This record gives sequence, C-alpha cells and structure tokens, in this order.
Amino acid sequence: MVRYLVPLVLLGLLFLVFVKGLDPERNLNELPSPFLGKSAPQFELPSVTDPAKTVGSADYADDLAVVNVWATWCVGCRQEHGFLMQLAETGTIPIYGLNWRDNLAEAQRFLQQLGDPYVDSAFDADGRVGIDWGVYGAPETFLIGADGTVLFKQLGPLNRDLWEQKFVPLIEAAGNTQ
Amino acid sequence: MKTLFGILILVFFATASFAIDTSEAFEDLELQARYEKIIDEVRCLKCQNQTIKDSNAFLASDLRREIRRMLTEGMTDEQIFDFLVDRYGEFALYRPRASGKTLILWVAPVLLLFGGAFVLLKIVRRRMALPIDDDSAAGG
Repeated sequence: MVRYLVPLVLLGLLFLVFVKGLDPERNLNELPSPFLGKSAPQFELPSVTDPAKTVGSADYADDLAVVNVWATWCVGCRQEHGFLMQLAETGTIPIYGLNWRDNLAEAQRFLQQLGDPYVDSAFDADGRVGIDWGVYGAPETFLIGADGTVLFKQLGPLNRDLWEQKFVPLIEAAGNTQ
Repeated sequence: MKTLFGILILVFFATASFAIDTSEAFEDLELQARYEKIIDEVRCLKCQNQTIKDSNAFLASDLRREIRRMLTEGMTDEQIFDFLVDRYGEFALYRPRASGKTLILWVAPVLLLFGGAFVLLKIVRRRMALPIDDDSAAGG
C-alpha cells in the first residue's frame, strides 16, 4: 500500500506547485519588501508644488500615512490617480507623494490637470530616495505606521478593492492599538 | 563558405561590443575591476533577468551610479552588497549569500543529488538480489 502512496503524494505536491505557478493573480515582478515591519527610511526633498519648500518623512512623523511613489511617465500611476483622489477626499489618511525620476514642470502639470491628492509630493529627481526605499517600479504604495514602520507595500496601481482588502484592516488594527 | 560563416559570426557577435554603461572608467584600475565585477552580479529589479551591467533601464543606471559613489567613498564589496540587500532583498544578488532564508538554494541541489543516488542504489541493490531469470535473459 505504502509503495503506491508515495508517488501519489509526490504527484499531489507537484500538482500544488503547478497550480501555484499558473495562478493568474500571481505577479512575477512582485517581491517581498525587505522593509516590512522595519522603520521606513528618512528623507527630505524639495516639494513638487513649491520647490522652495521641503517635504520629508518628518512631515508625517507620529501619524499613520500613505507614501505613494509616482511619476508622469508611469501609466499605472494615471490608472490609480482617480482612486487616490477619492481616497484623499475621504480624509481618512494623509497621502504623501514621492515623485520619482521625473521632470518638475511635467509633474506640476500632471497635478494641475488631474488633481492633487497629496498633502505634498517630494521631488526625487535622481532617484536616490527611491533607491533608499527599495523602489523598482512605480507605482508603489507604502503604508507607514505612526511609529514609522512599514506596515504594507503595494506594487502596481492601487484601486478600491486592493485598498479595502489590504490597507483598511491594517489601518483599523493600527487604530485599535493606539 | 567558411569565410562567409566567419564573417557572419563576427557580424552577429558585434552587438556584444555595444556598451550599456557609458560612464567614465575609474582611474584606479583596481576600483574599475571591482566595479565591473559588482555590477555583473547585481540584478536589475526592473528587468529581472538582466544584471545592471546589461541593462539600460534607468534604475540600473541609478544603481550603477550609487555603486560608483560607494566605491569612491571606500566601501568594501560586502558593504555594497549589504546596501543592496537591505533595500531590495537577497533577490537583488545573482549569487545569493548563504543565510537562513537562502539556505535552501544552496542545500537543495546537494540533497537532490544524494537523494537520487540513494534511491538508485536501493533499486540496483534490490534488483541484484533477485535470482537471474533464465527465460528473460534468453529472450532479451
């Protein structure tokens, strides 16, 4: 009996591997962020809306916040922009932008034309802050806890479903512990 | 015909000489050698089957720039790899370091080899213990 059971179990395991490999939801580009549960990197950069001012991690210290990496050249950023606008209107959580590897004039025009959901956007022209944050494909969205730890990172365009499934439970849990 | 093939081969391989990295070489040859070795071992996260040496994605050129900066600041190779792993995870390195998380990558081939050898040995031993069947030996 056992000699038939062993190949059967192996076949079952192989089957699971294939099912996982063929999962249409699987994003091959998605990597676990090494920052999850650790403190988010500090930064301070000129603001996109007013380059004379600076924006940085100090602005949302002690607050739960969303940091959204965007750029005008990024198609996914345009996709999620409508949702970010809606999210900003609800006022549930401050959204900070990290404008990554972009052109300042184009970034300003983008916000004027499509609306500005951000409390403020930091202008990361040479991508150094992006590297510090482990950014490799915009859009990326980080949820930062009040203590400055990274609670979640989303790769790719955000939408209402993803927000409610992934972010809302974490935000509620964070609210309860305070 | 042979000459023609020779010329064709040269033409096809000529593309290999197009440099992606157009930044100026280090004056210090030792630094340049380290630089080239490092960028050949770091994965471009934007284009995951290329090293940052092969890729012209801007993220790759940004990472090359950061590596150049770190080398000129006198950081060791190990510190540079740490910098990358801290930000992008072990996946950023083409040659992952042996740590708890990547242990399976290093151990699995050895285990599979010995596991296979063990099973093979068992099968061979069992077959050797079987009496030789004259009929089947004659038949084929």
